[in-house]
Amino acid sequence: MATHPDRRKFLQTTVLAATAAATTDVLFPAIVRAQEPIRIGQLVPFTGFLGAIGEYGKQGATLAVEELNERGGVMGRKLELITEDEANPGVAVQKARKLIEKDHVVAIEGLVSSASCLAVGDEVQRAKVLLINAGANSDEIRSKRCHRYVFSTEGCNTQYVNAIGNWLIKERKVSRWYFLTSDYAFGHDLLRVARGLLTANKGTEVGSDLAPTGTTDFSQYITKMKAAKPDLVFHNLAGADVTNFLKQYAEAGMTIEVAGGVIDSAYAWPVGESLRGHFPIIWWHELNTPASLAWAARYIKRWGRPPDNQAYGDYTAVHAIAQAIDKAKSTESDKLVTALEGHTLAGTTDGLKGRPLTFRAWDHQLLQPMYVVAAKDKSKWKDKWDIFEIIGEVPPKGAALEAIAIPKDQSQCQLEPMS
Amino acid sequence: MTPAVLAEFLLNGLVLGALYVLMALGLSIIFGMIGVINFAHGALFTLGAYTAYQLQGAVGFPATLVVAPILVGVLGMLIEATLLRRLYLEDPLQGLLLTFGLAMVLEQGIRLVWGLSPKQFDVPATFAGALNLGPLTYSRYRSFILAATGVLIAGLLLFLHKTPIGTIVRAGSRDPTMVRLLGISLKPVLTLVFGLGVSIAALAGVLSAPLAGVQPAMGVNVGTAAFVVVTIGGLGSFLGAIISGLLVGQVVSLSIYFQPRVAEASMYVLMAVILLLRPRGLMGERWEKFE
Repeated sequence: MATHPDRRKFLQTTVLAATAAATTDVLFPAIVRAQEPIRIGQLVPFTGFLGAIGEYGKQGATLAVEELNERGGVMGRKLELITEDEANPGVAVQKARKLIEKDHVVAIEGLVSSASCLAVGDEVQRAKVLLINAGANSDEIRSKRCHRYVFSTEGCNTQYVNAIGNWLIKERKVSRWYFLTSDYAFGHDLLRVARGLLTANKGTEVGSDLAPTGTTDFSQYITKMKAAKPDLVFHNLAGADVTNFLKQYAEAGMTIEVAGGVIDSAYAWPVGESLRGHFPIIWWHELNTPASLAWAARYIKRWGRPPDNQAYGDYTAVHAIAQAIDKAKSTESDKLVTALEGHTLAGTTDGLKGRPLTFRAWDHQLLQPMYVVAAKDKSKWKDKWDIFEIIGEVPPKGAALEAIAIPKDQSQCQLEPMS
Repeated sequence: MTPAVLAEFLLNGLVLGALYVLMALGLSIIFGMIGVINFAHGALFTLGAYTAYQLQGAVGFPATLVVAPILVGVLGMLIEATLLRRLYLEDPLQGLLLTFGLAMVLEQGIRLVWGLSPKQFDVPATFAGALNLGPLTYSRYRSFILAATGVLIAGLLLFLHKTPIGTIVRAGSRDPTMVRLLGISLKPVLTLVFGLGVSIAALAGVLSAPLAGVQPAMGVNVGTAAFVVVTIGGLGSFLGAIISGLLVGQVVSLSIYFQPRVAEASMYVLMAVILLLRPRGLMGERWEKFE
């Protein structure tokens, strides 16, 4: 029978192969594992009033992963990014669980909505998986509800408000403020911080309104502002609401100075030529440092448009995770956490701001300067992206970055013990 | 509140109401004639705004105002002729499910085609700035929205009451069997009515584009409000949609003055009260079809 030798040969080969595989597994586990990528989970919004920022965040993180993989990955292993829609706090927690339990990610980064970030923060602390918050601003995330496993590359409301507020009070001498605030976690927190600053400077609050997220018509709020005659309108809005408000503010012919506690360039660009005012921003693509300009150019080449501040945030967060893995020589979250406490960004990226940026060990906030930007007149635009001009870096070069951060004696952060 | 501020508030409420009226009219006409609650109305509003964004560079804003609603209306007619028509004899829930699914497909399609970032849509230069009305200055563009809505409502009334097709539409919405017995085919009329309702939603989208940013989720809130407006006005009632739209506009607007936090809820409270007192809505008639 001609088939017998074949079958015997087949059996032999199979057994040999199986043995070989088993032996390799025992003898060279690292090599086998090297085939398997290190997975990083990303949660960003693709729907709702924060949707546009999520798209930028994904592009920024993807670019970071591509850069790292071109250099051979981390610890000889490739990186893989798995992105999910954070949608709302409930969905965000479920997606975080899916990333942890099904995809076995070593860390999660991203998040834009503070409400989602607070919920996911509690979840990763339970699961003991590293989370880097790259887009949520509420102070709470770094203060009252800070966690051992949660770090923030995104600035907090205190950092933003201190940057813009002190500048406004000093340079523009405005003291009668009218607040317009997004009615959710982020807005309330921002309002609290901004009010604190105004009171500390003996200013007057002449009015304050809360607007639901996703508001499309701000005309009534604007009429109220006009009647109250403030010398500054300070908005604590987020996402698409910022676009609508600033557009309608100009359309209503308002000339009262306007500023905001935060701005996302993704939502400032669509305002176009009617954009007015001064804002604090964490990063702007025309920031004049060699590393920053080079990265903006790479991003434009890859995605065909300049990066916004959220692209920067997620880019930095992915690099921070990679640096933690390199430093810890491990992908275990507890070791990554220890590696990041007090870590200064260096190596794969230094944070692009031309000065050292460090994660504070006791509240896990990345200390960094903010930029005060002013809306540029259309006649001075190079292109349609050129809407802002950086008019100040706060704190200025040479000054301590702690100056705008939450002071330790005012923070309620108590990190859980490492177990 | 000074008289000038009050007047501005009322005007703002009127503009808000005008957009609600447009949305509700489309919904109401479609429901009255076809008996389908069009859940895709908000998404078609958004599609109108995006179509305008795409067109206005090429043909200018005034032409966009006409062309964009027609294009979206044609899409609506295609949807009726290919999908919706198959479900008329089925459980009404099926039509509802279809439009619900359609809303998701349209919104996601918009995301795929135009991306997630809002599009820049400036107030057309002709309407920029403010009108001087004695002691009151008011936005030229918002005044234009009011005028445009008024013209459209007048045109629709003329169409429904003075043209043969309009008569068929009105008759068909009351008693389709009788219309058929008279030897009139309702098929093309149904297609036309769906297209008309959809194009009015698209027009509302175009009018909103310069004020609200053009972005994928822009139709969500307006779409929901339109359902509330139609419910308050009485399902299928043309006049009800107009009165209720203007009423809701004022209620939302004034509640922003007194207590902004309840502004969003105010229209639902109004709906609950009206439904308790008058379950068929303000102008809803007792129609055999729905009893």
